[in-house]
Amino acid sequence: MLPILAQAEIPEIHWLPLIPHLVMAGAAVVLLTIVSLVGSRLPPWFASAWTVAAGLGVLATAIPVSIRVSQLGPHSTIAGSIGVDHFSVFIVILLAGTVVLTALIADGFLQREGLDGPAFYVLLMLSAAGGMTMAVANNLIVLFLGLEILSLAVYVLVAMHLRRAESQEAGIKYFVLGAFASAFLLYGIALVYGATGSLNLIDIENILRNDNLGDNGLLLAGMAMLLVGLGFKVAAVPFHAWTPDVYQGAPSPVVSYMAAGVKAAGFAALLRVFFAGFGEVADDWQPVVFGLAIASLAVGSMLAIVQTDVKRILAYSSISHAGFILVGVQAATDDGVASVLFYLAAYAAMAIGSFAVITVVSGPGDEGTGIDSLRGLAARRPLLAAAFTVLLLSQAGIPFTAGFWAKFEVITAAVDARSFWLAVIAMLAAVVAAFLYLRIVVAMFLDAPEPDAPRLRIPRGPAVAVAIVVLFTLAVGVYPEPILDLADDALLSLRLHVPTH
Amino acid sequence: MVTATWYLILAAGLFTIGAVGLLVRRNPLIMFMCVELMLNAVNLTFITFGRELNDIGGQVSVFFVLVVAAAEVVVGLAIVVAINRRRPQATADDLSALRG
Repeated sequence: MLPILAQAEIPEIHWLPLIPHLVMAGAAVVLLTIVSLVGSRLPPWFASAWTVAAGLGVLATAIPVSIRVSQLGPHSTIAGSIGVDHFSVFIVILLAGTVVLTALIADGFLQREGLDGPAFYVLLMLSAAGGMTMAVANNLIVLFLGLEILSLAVYVLVAMHLRRAESQEAGIKYFVLGAFASAFLLYGIALVYGATGSLNLIDIENILRNDNLGDNGLLLAGMAMLLVGLGFKVAAVPFHAWTPDVYQGAPSPVVSYMAAGVKAAGFAALLRVFFAGFGEVADDWQPVVFGLAIASLAVGSMLAIVQTDVKRILAYSSISHAGFILVGVQAATDDGVASVLFYLAAYAAMAIGSFAVITVVSGPGDEGTGIDSLRGLAARRPLLAAAFTVLLLSQAGIPFTAGFWAKFEVITAAVDARSFWLAVIAMLAAVVAAFLYLRIVVAMFLDAPEPDAPRLRIPRGPAVAVAIVVLFTLAVGVYPEPILDLADDALLSLRLHVPTH
Repeated sequence: MVTATWYLILAAGLFTIGAVGLLVRRNPLIMFMCVELMLNAVNLTFITFGRELNDIGGQVSVFFVLVVAAAEVVVGLAIVVAINRRRPQATADDLSALRG
């Protein structure tokens, strides 16, 4: 045997923290098996209900993990490559909630578009399992695998509307740019490995604390490439070019998952790698994140104004939201991380709700996504228009909505970290962005509906999903303390810890 | 004497060729080949560092990357086949319905 192979030993595995991941991935595989065996005898709502149940199952199994973290403190398992802490539990719960809501939205949509079948739900759950893996990854290769599981499923989801040329075009664009970004991320991992001699974030953090590697060229190049790869996933400028096209072309329920789930997983990975892993050399990456945040805020807010398609408007607004979240990342403080988690939860609710409304309004073929199709929605469907208004006002950051507290928290974190200019620019961007949300509201309430507009049918699933997120947005807007406390707890355990073997 | 640095420079060169190729070529299949070139450049980097550090992590990573690269091509080719059924001989420039 080669001497190098003698180093490999089988690590001890704690199964409890892995159960949520196994439930999510297992539910996908079992659903595929059931449908291929007895598919014709199942009711049409079966796959959707199964996915909702799987998401709720993940929520239920995340609770014992959280209790265990409270008892033992944050720890890691499988040779330190899986981090078990409140941070990962927070993201896991967020992703499970996203899966539940997306499955509700997709139910009516897939039947309307003639895309029935388990494929959507299987890919959705597999992708979420990848995102959950990113949230717990304390090892760069585990992080890469999670990112690829997440991305490969989303590439297919984006391109799955086979009768729409736009969907396939969006799929190939997302795939090519995504593969490009993954290669950069991977090269970054290889360079960091070369500089520090380890793939494990706990080891890397220890090495950076003890050795002065702050001006090591390999490490700096590796960090830059990691930032490119993760910046692409969270749609930060200048890695945002795919976002408007993909959001416009992809099926609307897929976009709601991408905006909420993929972004949350991307930011979870960004925080784990940069805040926890590279926290010792924060001076090296903070200025770069500062630049990304300003560029995202400016480009996202400005370019959204000239768009005429609601999905494109919301795509640019998601870029601007990524800028706000980067403001919290840039602070590189515990408060900053807590503000990022709170923002991710608030944004997930707003984004899912907004794209649920688009799914319903766009009509057969997913065609009517222009702002014209929303004209007079208040006269046609008053409740839907009111719900969409609440979600848009929350995106704009109006008080008494979750969006207000989210923006307040990230800007407070930036001020506390003495990034005053970033805070000022973030507030200016919020004002500019408010204009474009109000433009949609005006179209819904002040314009008359087109005389030949068909009657809108609102399936039960999207109606329930919109009701849940609107209630969440208003409840958190009035009483944000529970979610704020959860986010505060989560950050306490993000700092890396000695593995328990 | 061929030192580890030469392998790293070769890998960086391959990675650059792949990245530039992806950006300038318009045929989807050639773009996939460029992605493969980038991933294999990373593999070479991993192996070189693994040997230099006398650490098994670098070599094990290569297996993971190989599997992911294979899965990625499967998904990419499936999307290309779907597009070609609708529009034979499409290049990246023909896909321009989405803009604004």
